[in-house]
Amino acid sequence: MITIAHLHVHLLSFDLIDICLHIEANEFFTLIGPTGAGKTVLLEAIAGLTPVQKGQIIIQNRNVTSLTPEKRGVSILYQDHALFPHLSVINNITYGLRYHPIDEKRARQRIQELIELLNLSHLLKRLPAHLSGGEKQRVGLARALAVEPQVLLLDEPFSALDPNFKADIRNSLKSLHQNSTATFLMVTHDFADALSLADRSAVIHQGRIEQSGKIEDIFEKPVSPFVADFVGMKNLFPAVLNGTVASLGSLKIKLSQKPSDHSRSIAIRPEEIILTKNPSSSGSWNVFKGSVAKIIPQGFIYEIHVDVGHIIFKAMVGKNTLFQLGLTEGSDVYISFRPEAVHSL
Amino acid sequence: MKLQTIKIREPFFWFTVSCSAIILAFILIPLIELMTAPSADVLLETLKDRDVVRSIWLSIYTSGSAALISFFFGTPLAFMLARSEFRGKRFIESIIDLPIVIPHPVIGIAILSVAGKNHLLGRWMEALGIRIMGSPTGIITVLTFVGLPFYINAVKDGFEGIPQRLENVSRSLGASMFSTFFRITFPLAWRSMVVGFIMCGARAISEFGAVVIVAYHPMIAPVMIYERFESYGLKYSQPIAVWLVAICLLLFFLLRWVALSKPREA
Repeated sequence: MITIAHLHVHLLSFDLIDICLHIEANEFFTLIGPTGAGKTVLLEAIAGLTPVQKGQIIIQNRNVTSLTPEKRGVSILYQDHALFPHLSVINNITYGLRYHPIDEKRARQRIQELIELLNLSHLLKRLPAHLSGGEKQRVGLARALAVEPQVLLLDEPFSALDPNFKADIRNSLKSLHQNSTATFLMVTHDFADALSLADRSAVIHQGRIEQSGKIEDIFEKPVSPFVADFVGMKNLFPAVLNGTVASLGSLKIKLSQKPSDHSRSIAIRPEEIILTKNPSSSGSWNVFKGSVAKIIPQGFIYEIHVDVGHIIFKAMVGKNTLFQLGLTEGSDVYISFRPEAVHSL
Repeated sequence: MKLQTIKIREPFFWFTVSCSAIILAFILIPLIELMTAPSADVLLETLKDRDVVRSIWLSIYTSGSAALISFFFGTPLAFMLARSEFRGKRFIESIIDLPIVIPHPVIGIAILSVAGKNHLLGRWMEALGIRIMGSPTGIITVLTFVGLPFYINAVKDGFEGIPQRLENVSRSLGASMFSTFFRITFPLAWRSMVVGFIMCGARAISEFGAVVIVAYHPMIAPVMIYERFESYGLKYSQPIAVWLVAICLLLFFLLRWVALSKPREA
């Protein structure tokens, strides 16, 4: 269990401001945010590698705020793996054992398990310079977990990897987490990674926590325009909210429930918007006529910008739909979406 | 390397070649002339002169001590400079470089002025029985003064080349900073320490101006060469010079070998 209370970190070029987080024991928690948001700084503060100005860090009911890094029981795996270049793989993995009162027989068994789980047995004698990116990653994981930490901090574990290895490491991480009593705290700038691995998450932006909670809640009910944009709510509009109707100029959009009083904007996920040639008949839906303003190919799918009375809605369609509807720039099209798909924030 | 990149043989190319040739000749001709002037017989004869052997030995041992002292006291300082950012760091770095720019006799005079009876430090040292003037202790003091910057700068560069994340990971795995230094930092930085040690020693063994002020006697090799030249002329100073150059060259090749040989893990 990790509790972070009102933590302030002041660095030469960067500040973390009033960070409060609560992470349950053995949870898989992700910290998401864009590059430069302060994710790594927060990890280093938890590990004791960056001095903090104010606040408290409590791990398993122990206030560790003023403890040196080696006394915290926190392992860290950096993005660049930071393997010790002069030590073989097996010596890297067993590096920390001598500092922990782990029974030798049990330690050997545990190392063996980690080696098998991470498929490292054929690499044990090699030096890190002769390993691929994915192999380095796995060695780093084994080394971090060999000392049975209370907390494992993961700094962007996927970003230095070939996309082909990403699924592998993701699965390894999942099974490692299930086989371990440690709390996993992973930093990532990719919302998809967080969605696939974590139960709960926090979004950090410019040194502050914008939102934290269940990952579905962050995805479904973003509390700020930044979070909405970050989790892929590309249709984000300032609106006048009155009862269950949001007005965007002359456009009236139906909501499923009355928004909270301080709501100032609405957001709609692009995949919630359906494009049709004729107005769809489902009465309760929001249906508008517009014209295609832009078609942006994004690999196998297309982002379609639809101009509805000078308001641009963004929708995602596959190649088939694009051809079936005969969409070209300037052609007329209907957009429709459920009132439930409209989020107010 | 530079020459290979200029493919077209313009006049500029010949200009650079001529300048390079002049510089190489300027360095090599006097040295080759010096090394070949005394016959082998004379060189061996010189080694039978107990004063000469004693002075060369004194030179080696005082420079070696200076390098050792730099190693013990300079390594932690170099580590601190490489790892931490603080107000006044640039200032400390300039202080460390000061001995490089101060004229050598001035260094000798400066050290004598704190070692004398007029200074508190001098009186303490006298009470402890430490003599600077005319003693090996004095020579070592002066040589450490002139050699330290070379050691600290070389080792600082070495430490800066090691990612701090390695040390961070080591500490998060349970190692104290001392363990981390001996298991991670030192094994990765020892090469730069050897380079610093040799540069510091080479600088110290060639010092004359500061030593001659603090300790004319006992005579280190450069002082003896000067004395023989003054009293008996060029011919009598050459053989000792040859032996001193030989030792310096040995140090120099050792340095090149250590610095340029590829580390195993790279």
